Amino acid sequence: MQTRTRLVIIGNGMVGHKLVETLVGSAVAQRFELITFCEESRYAYDRVHLSEFFNGKNAQDLSLVAEGFYSRHGVTVHLNDKAVAIDRANKIVTSARGHEVDYDKLVLATGSYPFVPPIAGSDREGCFVYRTIEDLEAITVKAQASRIGVVVGGGLLGLEAANALKSLGLETHVVEFAPRLMAVQIDAGGGAVLRSKIEALGVRVHVAKNTTRIGAGSERLHRLEFEDGASLETDLVVFSAGIRPRDEIARACDLALGARGGISVNNHCQTSDADIYAIGECAVWNNQIFGLVGPGYQMAQVASAHLCGDAASFTGADMSTKLKLLGVDVASIGDAHGKSHGARAYTFIDEPNGIYKKLVVSAEGQHLLGAVLVGEAEAYGNLLQIVLNGLGLPEHPEALILPVSPAGAPGLGVDALPDVAQICSCNNVSKGELCAAIRAGATSLGALKSETKASTTCGGCAPLVTQILNKEMARLGFAVKKDLCEHFPHSRQELYHIVRVERCKTFEELLDKHGRGRGCDICKPAVASILAACWNDYVLQKEHAGLQDTNDHYLANMQKDGTYSVIPRVPAGEITPEKLIALGRVAKQHGLYTKITGAQRIDMFGARVDQLPHIWKDLVAAGFESGHAYAKALRTVKSCVGSTWCRYGVQDSVGLAIEIEDRYKGLRAPHKIKMAVSGCTRECAEAQGKDVGVIATDKGWNLYVCGNGGVKPRHADLFATDLDKATLIQYIDRFFMFYIRTAGRLQRTAVWMENMEGGLEYLKDVIIHDTLGIGAELEAEMAAVIDTYECEWKKTIEDPDKVKRFRHFVNSDKKDSNVIFVHERGQIRPATEAEKLLAPRARGGLNQLP
Amino acid sequence: MRGANLAVAIEFEESTEWMDVCALDDLVPWYGGCALVQGRQVAIFYLNEDGLYAIDNYDPIGKANVLHRGIVGDINGELVVASPLYKQHFSLITGQCLEKKEAHVETYAVRVVAGRVHIGVRVPD
Ligand code: SRM
Ligand SMILES: Cc1cc2nc3c(=O)[nH]c(=O)nc-3n(C[C@H](O)[C@H](O)[C@H](O)COP(=O)(O)OP(=O)(O)OC[C@H]3O[C@@H](n4cnc5c(N)ncnc54)[C@H](O)[C@@H]3O)c2cc1C
Ligand code: SF4
Ligand code: FES
Repeated sequence: MQTRTRLVIIGNGMVGHKLVETLVGSAVAQRFELITFCEESRYAYDRVHLSEFFNGKNAQDLSLVAEGFYSRHGVTVHLNDKAVAIDRANKIVTSARGHEVDYDKLVLATGSYPFVPPIAGSDREGCFVYRTIEDLEAITVKAQASRIGVVVGGGLLGLEAANALKSLGLETHVVEFAPRLMAVQIDAGGGAVLRSKIEALGVRVHVAKNTTRIGAGSERLHRLEFEDGASLETDLVVFSAGIRPRDEIARACDLALGARGGISVNNHCQTSDADIYAIGECAVWNNQIFGLVGPGYQMAQVASAHLCGDAASFTGADMSTKLKLLGVDVASIGDAHGKSHGARAYTFIDEPNGIYKKLVVSAEGQHLLGAVLVGEAEAYGNLLQIVLNGLGLPEHPEALILPVSPAGAPGLGVDALPDVAQICSCNNVSKGELCAAIRAGATSLGALKSETKASTTCGGCAPLVTQILNKEMARLGFAVKKDLCEHFPHSRQELYHIVRVERCKTFEELLDKHGRGRGCDICKPAVASILAACWNDYVLQKEHAGLQDTNDHYLANMQKDGTYSVIPRVPAGEITPEKLIALGRVAKQHGLYTKITGAQRIDMFGARVDQLPHIWKDLVAAGFESGHAYAKALRTVKSCVGSTWCRYGVQDSVGLAIEIEDRYKGLRAPHKIKMAVSGCTRECAEAQGKDVGVIATDKGWNLYVCGNGGVKPRHADLFATDLDKATLIQYIDRFFMFYIRTAGRLQRTAVWMENMEGGLEYLKDVIIHDTLGIGAELEAEMAAVIDTYECEWKKTIEDPDKVKRFRHFVNSDKKDSNVIFVHERGQIRPATEAEKLLAPRARGGLNQLP
Repeated sequence: MRGANLAVAIEFEESTEWMDVCALDDLVPWYGGCALVQGRQVAIFYLNEDGLYAIDNYDPIGKANVLHRGIVGDINGELVVASPLYKQHFSLITGQCLEKKEAHVETYAVRVVAGRVHIGVRVPD
């Protein structure tokens, strides 16, 4: 056996870890003994997503190293220990804690440090940089006692830091030396649009300001003084004025450095000493440093291959970027500034919407050289591919940045890309590799991500990866499987028929006869919904309770912190003053947040599970019923005030809306259903945006079907005109039952109808002309559901056994200590993760309004 | 798979202290309950003849104490609970999240003695 090569890696950041990961996964992993020095107190973490620390991610969420990964692979890690010297002659690395380790090969992956400009006073307390988790923790603590924060530096990271200060509740300023924001990446026009967008968000931007001194302030802790004589007072300062490669250890052992610092490397990432490599942000290649993780990962791969004896070269990397800064999309591609000889530009500016786009094309107009996108960056993926692959430009290149006409974006589909096109630049994954993985069985986005790593870093390539997945799947002729899930080889429609025909009453029975395994969160709620539509049994009955999604199980909507919201039914939005007062009283008594919903009723938030039966006891006593906001069921029938009050109304829309809401309340369906009734053609109830809409005419009622708002709004189609009330209700009965019988899981009426062979005309045949001869049957099925309606909440609070289920703990009456509220605008709201960190005092218990 | 949980219980017998949390009847079959065990929230699932399982109640992805309110079932033969917040699946056997390899919750030993449910608490040596 060969003796093992001892490889020492200095730096366990993103790139250092990537190298370890690549090496231990290689075919010759056994040949190496790996030792790494990690200056920070934790293993490598995802610096790219560092700012998500303020959205509730903690150090563990950000970690790149799965538990036990290093020990499993026999990697020795010196945590919290900085390498301080390299003795190249004897090949020994010495660390701050006094370890002396000899090496055969050495890799420097020391990253970079944030540059703090030499300004007097920049070392005052309350001045920070933005690079490590510790930096962010310190900023969080300081922000607690601050009102104003200033970021010095208006580049990419500066704006990210500004966002963080804003989310910590500070009045935020950005001070930039250059005459515009993000000067490196974008041009003057883009900078101006970006600035106005960011100012609109409440961040103050000061450009062309040279900070000369930081001293004590008179109102706040510090005063920043500028060259032009102006000044700005603040409590907290974050420096984000660029990065510098950490080359100190290389400098001390006389390795060759770049003209402006950084450790020089060749195409194999070797330094001037062939046994020492440098990769990531500390390396300089061809006089360039690369401050992005993608090129760093490429270097790690090249160094790994070279160490394993394979030929591999680093030949530079694309520095295009796409980011969301303070909610604004910003992208820069290739030669964004048009510096190439003879380059010409196309520009599109939409001031009202804050959109700026520029294309830089070659002198003859045949090739795309670069682009800048601010405010809308959807075209990024496409444009980047055109630049990287040198694809020819269409006849009218401007079409690539002009607003999309309803006919759809012009442009080049993923089909136009060659197999070698690099789709994910962070992880260097090509179109060909993606397609190969899909062919080998990675047929979902999740599988494709874990198989190829594409789209797992910055996520910017996700839309393209998805497009390629869909195209390739279609090309391979994958039939879209109709099976509900792995437990049932049937579609929802088939299961519905089985349940009806075999008079099947429980999930167990259906699974035994027609399924396999034990079921899951897809088939259980779907079957529960079918059973409810067919037999209308109480949903919390023993056999059904475990099938319900948590919302149906607790008859309320789970919110982000695990508490619930409560929406009582207010048919047609009509409510008496007594009932309004009752709602206010109940909310106040139980300390709930209240809000008028988008569907004419009142939502009460922040109810713990143990509070729900008490709240409902009070609501039922005041005459309320469940609003089924938690269920795939009829939600509301929205109404306008109608002929009773409105001078234009031609029919009593409120009266009809109440009647039909009472008729269909509790009706469970493949997805939620919404209705509305308007009293005249002015349509104040927005009936044409509903699954079923009714609009009054002077002769009767017009019926509209298959509309919705939401993700993909669709106007309803006119179905029948001038109906009398009996016919109207007959049609609606048939329409709903036919939908419940035949729609797919979670398919709303619009999608159901659009997928139906024959579409609207066929639907009219079935419902109006009864061509299938099932009209009477559908009406009878609906009548059975209506006759067996009970308010689920009323039934629940009357049954002590059921009420017992509404406890957080089976063995204690304590409350969930992770539910913490703070006050805002006179009401409660859930504390953010950052606030929970700030308020350890509140951890012990609930901080609620009395 | 059915015997798996028993094996876990035996393996831990020596270093485990058992805490009585509730009656078996307090749990709804094929649904979860949550017990407070030495300050930790533990989600317990009673799957009839498929046994009893216990894992952390805290959903590390949704960041709330909700796992006991998820739907239980199996995915490719592995017993799982789906978080009620964002629907990721956690193995009841290993605590591993199926969708996100970095997400993982603790598992606990459970046993039933005379109709009472006991959760195993590992005693530090
Ligand atoms: C509370 C409310 C917002 C508000 O504060 O006003 C709301 C809140 C939620 N909506 Fe909504 N929607 C609310 C009115 C609407 C409306 C407006 C309306 O109904 O007039 C729409 C567009 C109209 C439509 O549906 O056609 C709407 C379209 C959606 C959609 C997208 C549906 C679609 O087909 O694209 C979802 C997602 C889904 O259902 O899958 C959704 C899902 C949700 C969920 C359930 C998301 C979730 O899973 O947690 C939210 C629950 C919060 C809660 O617990 O209450 N909500 N939602 C509104 C409750 C109305 C009520 O009284 O019942
Ligand atoms: C807030 C923020 C947002 C970012 N966003 C993006 C983005 O959207 N896209 C993108 O591509 N890039 C982004 N980056 C840049 C990206 O994080 C870096 O390119 C990447 O982390 C570089 O990896 P590295 O391993 O070279 O350096 P690092 O991740 O910095 O790792 C170097 C490690 O080496 C350690 N070290 C240094 N010297 C020694 C020594 N002598 N002994 C022991 N250990 C030592 C350091 O402590 C550090 O832990 C962002 C960076 C920040 C800070
Ligand atoms: S629009 Fe989105 S955020 Fe607002 S209530 Fe509806 S689902 Fe929730
Ligand atoms: S380009 Fe960043 S994850 Fe693919």
